[in-house]
Amino acid sequence: MTSLPKHPPAKRLGLAIDLDTCVGCHACATNCKEWNTGAISAPLTDVNAYQAEQRGVWFNRVYTYEVGGEGPQARTVHFPKNCLHCETPACVTVCPTGASYKRSEDGIVLVDHDKCIGCKLCSWACSYGNREYDEHVGVMKKCTLCVDKIYNQNLPEVDRVPACVAACPAKARHFGDFADPNSTVSKLTRERGGYDLAPETGYQPTSKYLPPRPGQRGADAPAAPSTPALAGAGRFLKWVDRVLTR
Amino acid sequence: MHPAYSVIFFTTASGAGYGLLVLAAIFAVSGLMPAAMWLGLVTTGLALGLIGGGLLSSTFHLGHPERAWRAFTQWRSSWLSREGVLAVVTFVPAGLFAIGWVFLGTTTGFFGWMGALAAVLAVATVISTSMIYASLTTIRQWNNGIVPVAYVVLGLMSGAVLLEAVTRLFGVHGSHVDVVAIALLVVGWVVKIAYWRSVDGGRSKTTLATATGLGRFGAVRLLEQPHTEENFLMQEMGYVVARKHARRLRAIAQLMLFVVPLAATIAAGFVVTELAVLLALVAVASLAVGLVTERWLFFAEAKHDSMVYYGR
Repeated sequence: MTSLPKHPPAKRLGLAIDLDTCVGCHACATNCKEWNTGAISAPLTDVNAYQAEQRGVWFNRVYTYEVGGEGPQARTVHFPKNCLHCETPACVTVCPTGASYKRSEDGIVLVDHDKCIGCKLCSWACSYGNREYDEHVGVMKKCTLCVDKIYNQNLPEVDRVPACVAACPAKARHFGDFADPNSTVSKLTRERGGYDLAPETGYQPTSKYLPPRPGQRGADAPAAPSTPALAGAGRFLKWVDRVLTR
Repeated sequence: MHPAYSVIFFTTASGAGYGLLVLAAIFAVSGLMPAAMWLGLVTTGLALGLIGGGLLSSTFHLGHPERAWRAFTQWRSSWLSREGVLAVVTFVPAGLFAIGWVFLGTTTGFFGWMGALAAVLAVATVISTSMIYASLTTIRQWNNGIVPVAYVVLGLMSGAVLLEAVTRLFGVHGSHVDVVAIALLVVGWVVKIAYWRSVDGGRSKTTLATATGLGRFGAVRLLEQPHTEENFLMQEMGYVVARKHARRLRAIAQLMLFVVPLAATIAAGFVVTELAVLLALVAVASLAVGLVTERWLFFAEAKHDSMVYYGR
């Protein structure tokens, strides 16, 4: 049924993505591909995998932006993007077959690949470009929030997080329940001013982005307090002094 | 947006078929077209053939056409599903109306009511088709109130140009067909110009600044794409070929869709019957080219908000 759940889901599972600590390594995207090409969305088809015009289905893509123009204010922001599991997703309501649905228990937005007719209308309705069509299987595919991993009783509890979260070496991705005010993701969102992407869509994304911290850009680099006793020291000692003085 | 040929053929052919069905039903029920067998067969056959052919073609772009029946289930929330349901439902009164006209020689009474019902459902189907596009807030050029008006008017207009040819071929042409055809051609032209003016003036609320939420730190510019080759999203939604030639293609669309059919329809009123039939057929041929160009532009000129992430 592509109508949205009548009552808001008891749990609202999603991600809080920290743009301050993301280093743009693409490990989340790679591990996502690895898990999901063998899980319920399998296969995540690649076309022309080893030649020109390679294209394939990925649920997670890492963009890199230059923010603040050029000059001292400029910064590079790595920007991973996958399904935000919106509260009012138009990708679900436009689906003519009932293949696209939002789970009433935890708010995860999924596609039933046995019902999908591959009309691609849901991908047109997603403002975020987070649905990708599998041209070999002929159905739409999307991030499942690793629904086959986070509830998997065969895995140790510590591993029951989405593959992208497990892979992140910078701990820039946090998984949890936004309906619980005491969850890590809720706290991070409150403390760091987590925000919605393109709020003008009205889709009310569940997942939030934590903005880059202000940092020291623009200000003059703090002058290292000079230690008179080091006047004659070599470069290595001066470096050690600088590091330890911080 | 990528202009899929199956969808272009579907929207133009079924639009013309529904338009012809509506006008033929109105004229036949009100006695302005005779209840003659061959006339009925060609008129309703052409209308239902265009509708059926269009609907069949629309399944060609699906990944799983054999599951198309599932699209009839979600009419509560989905315009695509509503369109599917309405299209199938319309066949019932339209089919009965055709049977009455072709086999029983009557377009009044029960069969008249069926014609009227078919006309109402046909308009509702075309509106549903247009709402598939007009309801998408992600595409500014489609999320526009003129889109449903344009679909209905262009459908009726195409039907009127077809009806000109059919009535002239059968020698049952009257000035009422001319009045309707010329009026619809003029209205269609005005609506299309209004649409182009409307979409040329606007800007999407979604920019790279809002889409990333990084606008607060100043200008945002794409430094590196996530991938080097084009993926599904860029091929489906990042279609840029048309924008380059948009102005010229719009001129061609206007010439073939409105100017030539309008001139041919008016000129046909002043010449001998044989030449009038020929002019009516020229109008149909020109209309077909114009419609395909117009619909191709409707897709190709539409820009999807998600492309801002790629700096497009």
